[in-house]
Amino acid sequence: MSATADAALAELRERVSAAHRTRQGLRLRGSGTKDFYGEGLAGEVLELRAHRGIVDYEPSELVITARCGTSLSEIEAALAAHGQFLAFEPPAFGADPSIGGVIAAGLSGPRRVYAGAARDFVLGTRLLTGDGEMLRFGGQVMKNVAGFDVSRLLCGSLGILGVITEVSLKVLPRPRAEQTLRLELPAAAAVESFNRWSTLGMPISGGAWWQGSAWLRLSGAPPAVRSARERIGGEAIDAASAQAWWDALRHCQLPLFDSRVIWRLSLPGAAPPLSLPGEPLIDWGGALRWYADPADDADVRTLAGAAGGTALCWRGPAPAGRFHPLPPALARLHRRLKERFDPHGIFNPGRLLAGV
Amino acid sequence: MAEADIAAALRTFLPEDCVLSREEERRPYECDALTVFRQLPALVVLPRTEQQLHQVLLTCSRLGVPVVARGAGTGLSGGSTPHAQGVLLSCARLNRILEIDPHARIARLEPGVPNLRVSEAAAAHGLYYAPDPSSQVACSIGGNVAENSGGVHCLKYGLTVHNVLGVRGYTMEGDLLELGGRAQDGPGLDLLALTIGSEGLLMIVTEVTVKLIPRPPCAQLVMASFADVHSAATAVAAVIAAGIIPAALEMMDRQATAAVEPFARAGYDLTAAAILLVESDGTPEEVADQVREIEQVLRTAGASTLRVSGSEAERLRWWSGRKNAFPAAGRLSPDYYCMDGTIPRRHVGEVLQAIERMEARYALRCMNVFHAGDGNLHPVILFDANDPDSWERAERFGAQILELCVQLGGTITGEHGVGVEKLNSMCVQFSPAERAAFAAVKEAFDPAGLLNPGKVIPTLARCAEYGRMRVHHGALPHADLPRF
Repeated sequence: MSATADAALAELRERVSAAHRTRQGLRLRGSGTKDFYGEGLAGEVLELRAHRGIVDYEPSELVITARCGTSLSEIEAALAAHGQFLAFEPPAFGADPSIGGVIAAGLSGPRRVYAGAARDFVLGTRLLTGDGEMLRFGGQVMKNVAGFDVSRLLCGSLGILGVITEVSLKVLPRPRAEQTLRLELPAAAAVESFNRWSTLGMPISGGAWWQGSAWLRLSGAPPAVRSARERIGGEAIDAASAQAWWDALRHCQLPLFDSRVIWRLSLPGAAPPLSLPGEPLIDWGGALRWYADPADDADVRTLAGAAGGTALCWRGPAPAGRFHPLPPALARLHRRLKERFDPHGIFNPGRLLAGV
Repeated sequence: MAEADIAAALRTFLPEDCVLSREEERRPYECDALTVFRQLPALVVLPRTEQQLHQVLLTCSRLGVPVVARGAGTGLSGGSTPHAQGVLLSCARLNRILEIDPHARIARLEPGVPNLRVSEAAAAHGLYYAPDPSSQVACSIGGNVAENSGGVHCLKYGLTVHNVLGVRGYTMEGDLLELGGRAQDGPGLDLLALTIGSEGLLMIVTEVTVKLIPRPPCAQLVMASFADVHSAATAVAAVIAAGIIPAALEMMDRQATAAVEPFARAGYDLTAAAILLVESDGTPEEVADQVREIEQVLRTAGASTLRVSGSEAERLRWWSGRKNAFPAAGRLSPDYYCMDGTIPRRHVGEVLQAIERMEARYALRCMNVFHAGDGNLHPVILFDANDPDSWERAERFGAQILELCVQLGGTITGEHGVGVEKLNSMCVQFSPAERAAFAAVKEAFDPAGLLNPGKVIPTLARCAEYGRMRVHHGALPHADLPRF
């Protein structure tokens, strides 16, 4: 480990140990690009940006290991230099998050249904716990079933179990060819089509619907992309416009995201569009449906639940909590895990679940 | 608590034939596929419904009786070794396919459904379930969830954790948990990921929802011979470095091909020090392109001969040798012990050479058949269980291989699990604080410690004892090995 990284880690451990002694809540912060995300911010800010740098990257191993403060852009540039990428396409919201924040939030992009979510690419983590211990889970190998899969548990934990100081991620070669198609379709027909196309073995890597158009991204070997394109038809979009569209979808930068109230719904892929006022943005490949300014909060949760999914209040007032409520048995497990990993409750108190 | 009292409590709600108490009925459950560990359970219980299973857990929880779940008993690490005072809970009769939804591409299954049956049921829709452990004819989906099972195709298609969308089941305390589901992004911690591969220590699964994917229309297998093991290992890294993710990338050394060929008649090159099997799947055009590319990379990496399967029959024949490697070991030797370490791909050659040196040290033969693309080794140590010294050497040989895997940044188990077999090796891979974190997870789910107790997480005392033993056997652990 480099001397700077050593010093940064030593300082982090000291801060955490002190907070542990004095029962001081800590608000873990990488780049602060997701301060809006979660049930709320509490505690003294603990900056993690200084513990940074790529520790190990061997393209033929398909693994990159980086300290938590490393920026997403640095990682993506290193991978791009070897024709590789993070296939879960984490959203950056127009800024440059740290990789620790990316994994702690566990958000994934439009390739999710086909390539996998953030947690599917987590191979290993290092965790700084409340009592100042450094723990290592998983590793840098593709297959590892020694002990419980704590690394994947940490992905999406919003920092409540400890500080993720380092992560190892599986990376993939960039697809050789990519082609985006646009078809004029109503929302329900688009959802039906995304499902049907997915049963046919075509190299789909994204499917979305917005304002009357279905967008379909094909990625893979050139002959497979070519034949799928012929089979599906529609308008072939040029590479630059396609990139702009998928980037806007991935990073939540379409006009819908200027709305005052935004709901993010996770529904079964085959569920038809909900009967809510206003048209949704359907990120089918990201397994998400976005609704802006609906009439009543309760309606959204009830409708999402009835369709077999959940609803997260992404923006706007959320008196009943941002996240969909957990059943009591699950909430109890969350409290027990929190008590054992962070007995004094110092890490990101209440950010994932009230009181946890 | 006396067995008779437990049986009586269970028989108040279970039919007579769901509780086995006579010794000859319990005997078949004394071990899984790692037969060196045997223990007769106090009782065997075979519920037919989820409700019965739930009642079993509530009753055992109330009486303080340990419960060990078992799927098909094909596990390779003693994960379902029974508890002497406990109930062995077999999920074999919960074996219904509850739903196949071809449009949504999912299957909803009871835990006892055999892995292969899922793909057979989905075949009519052109779909299949990707993870294919070697034991897929017999092994159950519930067992796959418990072990996070892999297979030869997980390089491209992922492990169980990547292919299971949700589980439903019960904690030892009887709480119903529904984790994940058809909607992929639930609130809270990812307890689904935590549960998969938890070896029956956290909950008992009564329903599993899996992802089905379209069966690729075409597959071809490239078989390459190498004059030495090291260049075969280098070729593996070269394939990945070229940006190719083959459907499978397997390696067999000469000991393995020689063992398999006489009865599988796969057509392997017995003069080669090692062979690679590299599969490509997809549309015919895609496969043709990729096979050409694979051939080129392998030739550059020093392959002495290259063959491409010319027909489906030939492809399956080449695979048959690989898939029958373990039975072949059984023909060479009275017993065999299959290891499961994983290492970064770049160290495969070094580890194979180190294993060769260990063969001399422990005076035992070892053949290597493994998932080279994943760096997941399966050294198969040949020994004789009737000779206690032979088993003791085999055990130490295996432990030394695993320690080497840990030293090289790998792990003691890639897909077979810890069970009881690798408890000592857990002391090597994890610090006391890390093992305490595992114990904390266990306590959160099962505060009374009744679900599959004594597996996966070694006690402090055990690790202390193992540490002394390792020093005892040689001043330094494997001082004869070069350090990397």
